[in-house]
Amino acid sequence: MLKYVLKRLGLMCVTFFIIMTICFVLIRMLPNQIPEGQGDFAESMRAMQEAWGYNKPVMTQYGIFLKNVVTKWDWGFCTRIGTFLKPVSEYLGSKFPPSIILNVYSILFSVPLGILLGCYSALKKNKWQDNVLSTLVMFFISVPSFVYAFVLQYFVGFKLGWCPLVLHSGTDWFSLPMFHSMIMPILALSFGLIAGFQRFTRAELTETLTSDYMLLARAKGLTRGQATFRHAFRNSLVPILPMIISQFIFIMSGSLIIEKIFAIPGIGNVYVESIILRDYSVFITISMFYLIIGLAGGLIIDLSYGLIDPRIRMGGGKTNA
Amino acid sequence: MLNDKITEDINNISKDKFVLVQDDVKILDKELVTKPIGYFEDAWLRFKRNKGSVIAAIIIVILILFAVIVPMVSKYEMKFTDGFYSYTLPKHETFAKLGFWDGCKDYEYNQKTYDYLMGIPGAVKETKSVREEKGENYYTVNVDTYMRPGYVYKSLTKGEFDALVEYDANQPEGNKVMYPMVNTKKIKNPGFQKDPNYWFESTMKGVAILDDNGDYKPIYKVDSDTGEYVYWETKMGGDQYKVRVLYYEYFNYANGFYPEFIFGTDGFGQDVLVRLAFGARLSLMLGFCVAAVNIFNGTIWGAIEGYYGGLTDLLMERFAEILGSVPSIVTFALFQMYFASKVGVVWTLVFAFLLTGWISPAWRVRSQFYRFKGQEYVLAARTLGAKDKRIIFRHILPNAIGTIITSTVLIVPGVIFSESTLSYLGIVDLQTSNVTSVGTLLKNGQSCLSTFPHVILFPSLFISLLMISFNLFGNGLRDALNPSLRGTEN
Repeated sequence: MLKYVLKRLGLMCVTFFIIMTICFVLIRMLPNQIPEGQGDFAESMRAMQEAWGYNKPVMTQYGIFLKNVVTKWDWGFCTRIGTFLKPVSEYLGSKFPPSIILNVYSILFSVPLGILLGCYSALKKNKWQDNVLSTLVMFFISVPSFVYAFVLQYFVGFKLGWCPLVLHSGTDWFSLPMFHSMIMPILALSFGLIAGFQRFTRAELTETLTSDYMLLARAKGLTRGQATFRHAFRNSLVPILPMIISQFIFIMSGSLIIEKIFAIPGIGNVYVESIILRDYSVFITISMFYLIIGLAGGLIIDLSYGLIDPRIRMGGGKTNA
Repeated sequence: MLNDKITEDINNISKDKFVLVQDDVKILDKELVTKPIGYFEDAWLRFKRNKGSVIAAIIIVILILFAVIVPMVSKYEMKFTDGFYSYTLPKHETFAKLGFWDGCKDYEYNQKTYDYLMGIPGAVKETKSVREEKGENYYTVNVDTYMRPGYVYKSLTKGEFDALVEYDANQPEGNKVMYPMVNTKKIKNPGFQKDPNYWFESTMKGVAILDDNGDYKPIYKVDSDTGEYVYWETKMGGDQYKVRVLYYEYFNYANGFYPEFIFGTDGFGQDVLVRLAFGARLSLMLGFCVAAVNIFNGTIWGAIEGYYGGLTDLLMERFAEILGSVPSIVTFALFQMYFASKVGVVWTLVFAFLLTGWISPAWRVRSQFYRFKGQEYVLAARTLGAKDKRIIFRHILPNAIGTIITSTVLIVPGVIFSESTLSYLGIVDLQTSNVTSVGTLLKNGQSCLSTFPHVILFPSLFISLLMISFNLFGNGLRDALNPSLRGTEN
């Protein structure tokens, strides 16, 4: 197992390094890298340019970049967004709380609900309750999340006036007005998640409910509830757990579109802004962050299958194909 | 005893009781009574039984027809834009008679705006209620957004002017285009002097001053010699004519039909229906083309990977994995930064989709190849001397056809969804007079979500319907094309 984990980690690092190199070179070769410093900033701008080697060959720039990242955790400086010439890592640090808080709320809300609804559907399989739920799930999985966001904004936010249309400004993340303004984005993020978990749980549980050991459990005298909860539910959690774990990894990435709609000053919103305004340092940094998150997410899902369910042997030879 | 009797009887049947059944006909195997069912026929039979998928398929066809036909039959062109008709509400002639979908909406206005609207013929359809607050009246009125632009000033050349005068002479009283010019000196508030809708006497605040009968007092320009109303002014030495026209009638004069926007208009006065249809064309075309090319590339890549295996597979798989790990938004952003100005936004988008889109179909085809390449019939084909190419394409690939079709159907909504997300976020800019996409329409609509929800409603409905139908259709197709599910569902 350890050997397998190390092998996967190594491969992940190689992949990361290759992509980072390609991205860095491609981004740095774009014209119009940094704006001219105005007035008092002209001098410090030139100094920064010198320090980061903007007028040297691209690979030398990459060397400087890598050195700064590894030794000082310095990912460059803001030019067109954020505070001028401030380190990117510092600027982005302030953007994580809203994204993470929002996503955590939405997971805490949607995972239990999704699993509960999934169980309910599985237990009522092919009855009308299941049919209604399945239709709803199909609907919520297919409809793009920005459409719910619009519907919520229009009806809940505007017509009924229950919630503010955009996020409360300020950094008091745990205050009541902040939570109040977060309700709509949380809902918009949650619908798809709930639907996804419901569908997955239903599929898993219906499969376990028809297994032979369920028959045995009933035969030895357990009630339907006992058998379902102690045997079927636990077993069907095996594939659900990696899904939850991976959701928790992706909370940090925020949501590009929901953050834009509700004007949430999170990481996704900054990322879109950096692309539109061409702040390349911020763009590189967040791209690398997303890359790591994606790679780590995939790795953890694979590994957690092996950890949670000992029947799955990872990295086995041909016999395990 | 009895048995003996029967045996005896049988043995003693006289010969003439026997007749030869077949004298001259050969006895052959009976032909099969039931018809054999092919793979696709079977899939079709099972697909038909899934009502949801059939309905979804019909909806997809309707949406495609919508995108194809609407621009052909619509009175408006893609480039159509009318500054006076910005944010006009949806109206449909037939339904308007029934009292809805008529381009009207209730608003509450103060005295000044109420008077202003009352001065425009047809603008106020109905005054519903009056409310008094702090000595001021507030009116709830049902406003017809098609009449709301009211009178406007138009500058015409000599030829245009003559044509308009000739046209107007033949019009009945209610449908006249030209109206008398206003004597702007009589408008008390200089801020209103440029507005051709102040044709009545008003106070400094813009509130109408009524005569004894409660009617507006017109302040038209009167010719000092004849005492008649003046209908035009000449400018630039007689080459330019300035006239005051009722815009609703002028629209009919200029375009040959009265304005009627079935889905309303957006902020630029563009017809939402036509733009949605063009946007849908672009999105659907993008979806289908990208899906076709990606499936083709993915199939070949996956087939080679899966068939040859070993080192070839390892290298190709690593390559695909590295490419697939790049966050898609990075790919799209970089492509836009590099190529958008060189080959155009749409082509850039297509290339970005083609760069990574083949990976997941390739992966599916690969796993199908791993499943089938070890089977006996492949060995048999190879023993008979079939070349690799023949084994891949004639023997193994047909087994993966279900997987391939299903992933094609599921790629299309994925592409449309990504496109709309990217243009919504502003990473891809498809907003020009000739090109638009569903995502761009959504983006434009969001800015006026609370005031004019119709702008965003129709694109949202379109994309939601498209997504739901494609997913339902894809799921139905997947089940139908999966032979292992045969007979399991009732």
